[in-house]
Amino acid sequence: MIIALDIFEPYGFQFFRNGLVVATIAGALCGLLGVFVILRGMSYIGHGLSHAVFGGAAASAVIKVNYFLGAGIWGVVSGLLIARVARRRVIGADAAIGVVTTASFALGLALMNRYGQASKSIEAVLFGSVLGVKVADIYAVALVALLGLAVVILGYRKLLFSTFDRDVAQVSNVRVSLVEAVLLAMISLTILVTMRVIGTLLISALLVIPAASARMTTNSFSRLLWISPIIGAVTCFVGMNLSYHLDTSASATIILLDAFVFVVVYAIAGTRNRAKMASLGHL
Amino acid sequence: MIVCEHVSCTYGNAPVLSDVYFNINRGEFVGIVGPSGSGKTTLIKAIIGAQPVAHGSITIASQLTIGYVPQVETVDWYFPVTVEEVIVMTRAKTKLWPRITSQERTEVREVLEKLGIADVAHRHIRELSGGQQQRVFLARAMFCQPDILVLDEPTSGVDVRTRHEILHLLADLHQDGLTILLTTHDLNGLAAHLPRLVCLNKTVIADGNPREVLTSKVLEATYGAPMEVLEHGGMPLVVDHGRVAMRGEGK
Repeated sequence: MIIALDIFEPYGFQFFRNGLVVATIAGALCGLLGVFVILRGMSYIGHGLSHAVFGGAAASAVIKVNYFLGAGIWGVVSGLLIARVARRRVIGADAAIGVVTTASFALGLALMNRYGQASKSIEAVLFGSVLGVKVADIYAVALVALLGLAVVILGYRKLLFSTFDRDVAQVSNVRVSLVEAVLLAMISLTILVTMRVIGTLLISALLVIPAASARMTTNSFSRLLWISPIIGAVTCFVGMNLSYHLDTSASATIILLDAFVFVVVYAIAGTRNRAKMASLGHL
Repeated sequence: MIVCEHVSCTYGNAPVLSDVYFNINRGEFVGIVGPSGSGKTTLIKAIIGAQPVAHGSITIASQLTIGYVPQVETVDWYFPVTVEEVIVMTRAKTKLWPRITSQERTEVREVLEKLGIADVAHRHIRELSGGQQQRVFLARAMFCQPDILVLDEPTSGVDVRTRHEILHLLADLHQDGLTILLTTHDLNGLAAHLPRLVCLNKTVIADGNPREVLTSKVLEATYGAPMEVLEHGGMPLVVDHGRVAMRGEGK
């Protein structure tokens, strides 16, 4: 009885309920988009974008512009800069992402040091702050999640084709660059609406770990699109609860739980399935 | 149905193709041969529209459907898709609904049966033999009922038996009226059997039937290495002179 009461204790707090809803939806959304991130070898882009958007978040706080507007524009500019720098073939896209996003991240840190309020710690930005969740955040995350679902369902065939075989998709009249732009826009939107709540580090982890775990359990693309969001949502839900009881950071707990799931699946999947991971060598 | 005039392509500043003139008529079976880096794949990609043309023009008959079969080595065999999903992909442009319809299932079955691999529809692409892998991508190209089939190195990395199977399969499809264009580096195993060959090294060096084209002079100009052409069983047989003396040889 005491244990039962204990489990439901955090649900008495409004901030916890809000945080739980946002984290669970974010987990499912990141799990869904994560499938494309790992199959396209984009994990570094997710990682980079979340760090870049941080610079925009800090800048918009300093000049008192709406967060979504400021960080959104910043994200788009970073994306364009990455594309511009990567065009120099000697540098390469991964290095371009490294340059632009770390610079943006550092700029964000410097701005916060110089002009930020003392209450906003670096930790809250890196790991998010459940306390700060507002009802508007829930709406924003839910809206982006619905949009993401619609994009994946309606664009399923085009997304699958251009992910598997870019050249032939193009020959078959699929507008590959449009598909890629939509996917990148969805990932950016996801980062934008979840960053304040779950933090820069958790987003990049959520975009990679659930999908990588799911990949080891199935060889079917359509099943992957179910399993990965479920892993993402469940680990976020359980992680949030655990973090309350263990008095640990919500993000850190969720990442550790995801990593734990990964290790368990990895061990169970055994050597035969491990071969599938060979194609995910970039992770 | 395809006319290339004065075509040049570059990668950065390096020219890959320069001043290529070349055309294909309906019902032809054409092979492009040349050494590595001679621009075979680039020419094919330019024709299918996946490689920008720097100069010149490629005119393609209107309403022409191209079925493209990529090099097997470029396919990500670990990607989580079944054979059926791979084949249906070519309908991506017109179909919004994710699920494969029963109509599509029947069509997939028909095309797989035609290529002699009816039982692999539900297998993961990793679980196929070399010959089956090639046929699956051939099936995908056939699925959109193409006017012309374009294949990039269809016999690279396959064993002799599979190579024969592929060659026979292509000959049958050609017999049924399909136009076929392919690239190959396999002069004796594949190129010598085709009705028309184009020797390419940055530009077209020779174009005609194998008896006219496979001569020492043309091949030396194409490959930049001395080669001899013998006659074997009524077919030209290419032998290269790249003889290297090994230690202990002849003992």
